[in-house]
Amino acid sequence: MGMLEAEALTFSYDAGPILKNLSVSIPEGKITVFIGGNGCGKSTLLRSMARLLQPDQGTVLLDGEDISRLKTKEVAKKMSILPQGSSAPEGLTVEQLVRQGRYPHQSWLKQWSPEDETMVQQALNATSMKERGSQPVDALSGGQRQRAWIAMTLAQGSDTLLLDEPTTYLDMAHQVEVLDLLYDLNNKEGRTIVMVLHDMNMACRYAHRLVAMQNQTIYAEGRPEDIMKEGLVRDVFQMNCRIAPDPLFGTPMVIPHGKGRKNHVAFSAASAE
Amino acid sequence: MKREGTLPPSSFSLKTRTGRVLLLLFLAVLCTCILGPMLGNTLLSPLQVIQTIAGASGGANEFIVMNSRLPRTLVSLLVGAALGVSGALLQGVVRNPLAAPDIIGVTGGASVAAVAFLTYASGSVGIGWLPAAAVCGALLVSMLIYMLAWKKGVTPMRLILIGIGIAAIMSAMTTFMIVVSSSVSAAQAYLWLTGSIYGASWNDMYAMLAAVVLLTPLALVFAGSLNAQQFGDDTAAGLGVRTELDRFILLFISVVLAGAAVAAAGAIGFVGLIAPHIARTLIGRTFAPVITASAFLGGLLLFGADVTARTIFYPVDVPAGVFTAAVGAPFFLFLLYRNRNHF
Repeated sequence: MGMLEAEALTFSYDAGPILKNLSVSIPEGKITVFIGGNGCGKSTLLRSMARLLQPDQGTVLLDGEDISRLKTKEVAKKMSILPQGSSAPEGLTVEQLVRQGRYPHQSWLKQWSPEDETMVQQALNATSMKERGSQPVDALSGGQRQRAWIAMTLAQGSDTLLLDEPTTYLDMAHQVEVLDLLYDLNNKEGRTIVMVLHDMNMACRYAHRLVAMQNQTIYAEGRPEDIMKEGLVRDVFQMNCRIAPDPLFGTPMVIPHGKGRKNHVAFSAASAE
Repeated sequence: MKREGTLPPSSFSLKTRTGRVLLLLFLAVLCTCILGPMLGNTLLSPLQVIQTIAGASGGANEFIVMNSRLPRTLVSLLVGAALGVSGALLQGVVRNPLAAPDIIGVTGGASVAAVAFLTYASGSVGIGWLPAAAVCGALLVSMLIYMLAWKKGVTPMRLILIGIGIAAIMSAMTTFMIVVSSSVSAAQAYLWLTGSIYGASWNDMYAMLAAVVLLTPLALVFAGSLNAQQFGDDTAAGLGVRTELDRFILLFISVVLAGAAVAAAGAIGFVGLIAPHIARTLIGRTFAPVITASAFLGGLLLFGADVTARTIFYPVDVPAGVFTAAVGAPFFLFLLYRNRNHF
């Protein structure tokens, strides 16, 4: 199993610092979700942990080893990343895409093996994409396309899966489709999942652990039930809200204040009860 | 897609369409080695050519075949192959089907160096140094493009935009030198710039053979990395590709191949653009077979252009570059038109 930790990460772009002396440890076999306002550095943190960005200071440890000292192909066998806005070349089929997931296991001496083929078929099965294997990726719906990409990361055979906003640009039904798949991968196969999500209610529903970021560092982390409070939303998102239990799942649900139309009939009925 | 057994056969297996296309292309290349020496003012039979190459016949045929037509055929095949592979790598690295060594300034760099050599140094230094000057020009200019494009790494888009800018500057410098130089060296420079395989020698052949035989297998080692790079840098890096290092190595291979080709045959255009396109149309987008097919197709294209150039207008030996441009320029416009929605 892959144990992933960040120690004292500092990262800045030309415009200014993004992460300041940030440390976080990802629990094994759980779903961890990074939340925070736009530009708070949650994607930067995820990308640093995935070695897509080189932090100015600090280290990322995978199984206790400095990730920047490991061979990148060895890292890819333990940890997969689905970056934001991945695009496949025109006409590439789902199966061809998923096969690319075997890249870290191949070399010019070791070409396609039966194990590679098994892993590809397993990945297609796990994501229910088997019957769409010969379809071009660009002809799929948003949710199916994301499932195809997740299948590619599964074919890597890694225990840890990092996803940068996997539900952005998807409608609500497709969001649930993708998050349910990730839930199954965690629940049935025990994979460690780390992702950035914008939707706090979805984050509370699927995450074992939330990491809320603000001011280039971690504001709070813990179980959604423990940390998702009105004060956190006010500090992290500069927004007033009310937290109520989700009527279906019982997880915290964020209801923002603000303007909007009110249904007075329903209101009076509710208060009469 | 039909598959036999549980394993997908390797692209180089004859069970696949790709494997059969590659075999056919290879056989076509072998045929041209006989066909090339047959064609010319004196037509020879295939048997005469084979006998001559085997050393069985002597006399006039031997001179025509061994000193002129055979090296010329082989050089056109190898120069075309180098340009085809160079173009396939470049298009893969910058993830743009319109890239080619002549479009992003690599050939331009070689041209400036060669024309400067013809204009300013040919009196004092032997003409044998021209290829070296051309290769140096290609390397220097590509290094310049690479450095200008560098900003915490090189993105494909910056690489191609800066390349196109540099190509324009190189073309201006070449024109300037030709305008101010004497008419003799200007005429020489023009011929060289169009690209001609006239007077190809066995030395040219050996130099090109070394470049193609050493660098094409090296490019094939990086074919898997190129496949992954097509998904973008982040996804490729996530899969374990060393994106910056692999990109640098692939660009280096591409530049040396283009530089060697330009050194041997002048600024032959469009082969590096067209060969990979035909290759992809025939066998898809997996890079190992595309690189291999681009080598064969590049060779066949340039061979075709050179044979046409030296036979149809005989006794005038028209530079082969005229024909590659005549076919290539409209093809480039067609590609621009077809890709118009992507820009």
